[in-house]
Amino acid sequence: MAKIKIKDMPIGARVCNPGSSEAILTGDWRSYTPVVDKEKCINCLNCWVFCPDNSVIVKEGKLEGFKMSHCKGCGICAQICPKKAIRMTEA
Amino acid sequence: MAKKKLEDIAINGDGAVAYAWKQIDLDVCAAYPITPQTIIVEDFSKFVANGEVKTEYVCVESEHSALTLCAASCSAGARTFTATASQGLAYMWEMLPITSAMRVPLVMAVANRAVSGPININNDHGDSMAARDTGWIQMFADNVQSAYDNAVIAPRIAEHPDVQLPIITNLDGFILTHAVERMTLIDTEDVKKFVGEFEPVCPLLDYKHPTSHGMFDGPDFYYAHKYQQVEAMDKALGVAEQVFKEFKKLTGREYHLVDEYRCDDADYVAIILGSSYGTMQETVDQMREAGIKVGAAMPHIYRPWPEKELARIMKGKKAVAIFDKHVSLGAYGPMYPEVVVAAADLEKMPKMYNFIYGIGGADTSVSILRDAMESVVDGTADKINYVGMKLL
Repeated sequence: MAKIKIKDMPIGARVCNPGSSEAILTGDWRSYTPVVDKEKCINCLNCWVFCPDNSVIVKEGKLEGFKMSHCKGCGICAQICPKKAIRMTEA
Repeated sequence: MAKKKLEDIAINGDGAVAYAWKQIDLDVCAAYPITPQTIIVEDFSKFVANGEVKTEYVCVESEHSALTLCAASCSAGARTFTATASQGLAYMWEMLPITSAMRVPLVMAVANRAVSGPININNDHGDSMAARDTGWIQMFADNVQSAYDNAVIAPRIAEHPDVQLPIITNLDGFILTHAVERMTLIDTEDVKKFVGEFEPVCPLLDYKHPTSHGMFDGPDFYYAHKYQQVEAMDKALGVAEQVFKEFKKLTGREYHLVDEYRCDDADYVAIILGSSYGTMQETVDQMREAGIKVGAAMPHIYRPWPEKELARIMKGKKAVAIFDKHVSLGAYGPMYPEVVVAAADLEKMPKMYNFIYGIGGADTSVSILRDAMESVVDGTADKINYVGMKLL
């Protein structure tokens, strides 16, 4: 971020490289981190559906964990979980 | 190159602006009618209905929608114009800084009218002055001819690759919008050639190079993008000068960042905006006949502020009178402090007087302006003076 100079920025706050949001590591914003208790998890994948940052990692139909590079720690996954299997921790 | 001389026509300011738009044949227009801008919209929608232009005219339900649509359409890559006045401009206000920050070079005619309340439809500069800090370039016209010429010149400044900013062409409500004057048209082919094709910068409808416009900025990027606007405004001064030169070559009519009348050898200079610049020229002639060396100047471009040109004009003068058709309540006329700042670096600063005049359409006659200038000459004027107020 510090490397960008005003003269190199597109005018008008335009984004000229589509899909660039992936390069913004929103995980930097996180103050609460989701932790899943796999004993309680029934792999309904509601968390995967509702995650606004595409940060729930699913493999072969099963919740595996969270992509910390982009998880903002919003807690929607914990709220939506029908089994209260996801806990937000201060970490 | 000798141009064939077109016959002069008699037309009011609104009609002249609409005619210029027709000659440019813009791509999109969305505007909501409001007195005293109505004739622009009416005339232009007739041109559209009669098939005289290829413009897509969009009927919107308000000025806020009009400017939103225009900003989007200009972003998409269409040459887009709109027009408004007073309450309409006030209603657009939210979109004004957004439009300039999005760097869309759209053109808006503003038929200057007092802002309510009390409710009033007559001419003063309250509407445009309230839009002063929104990042739009602003041009003023002193007669119907220059209102027409500004409409032709404006897209050239706004669309210049170094500028890419929206532009307002101001014309005084009723005094210019409705009064019929004699003026010279430019040949339509010449207008088209002068204005040229619209070349949008990364337009939304360029599917091969998809872009997002109107994005969110954190503090660092917001500050940087605002600084880009500052730089673009600075460049607009040089661009305007260049475009004025080209325009003179085409038409013989001469405009400058600051238009001047008999300022060279003047001891006293009046700085004034809009139609009253003409009234002031007559005042200057009368006072010169009486042996008083007076001159008049009008910032043709009000934003960006032509500080250097004003300083040059004020150099060596005994006193400068700044006439404002608006008052920043609780302070001064809006131009006064800016002219004082422009004079601050002069070796010997002239005495600076502020005259508030013509508020809510109050009559501005030669005798009012002459009384004001005589009080400047004999030094009896106050720092801030309210002139032409009948009920005082």
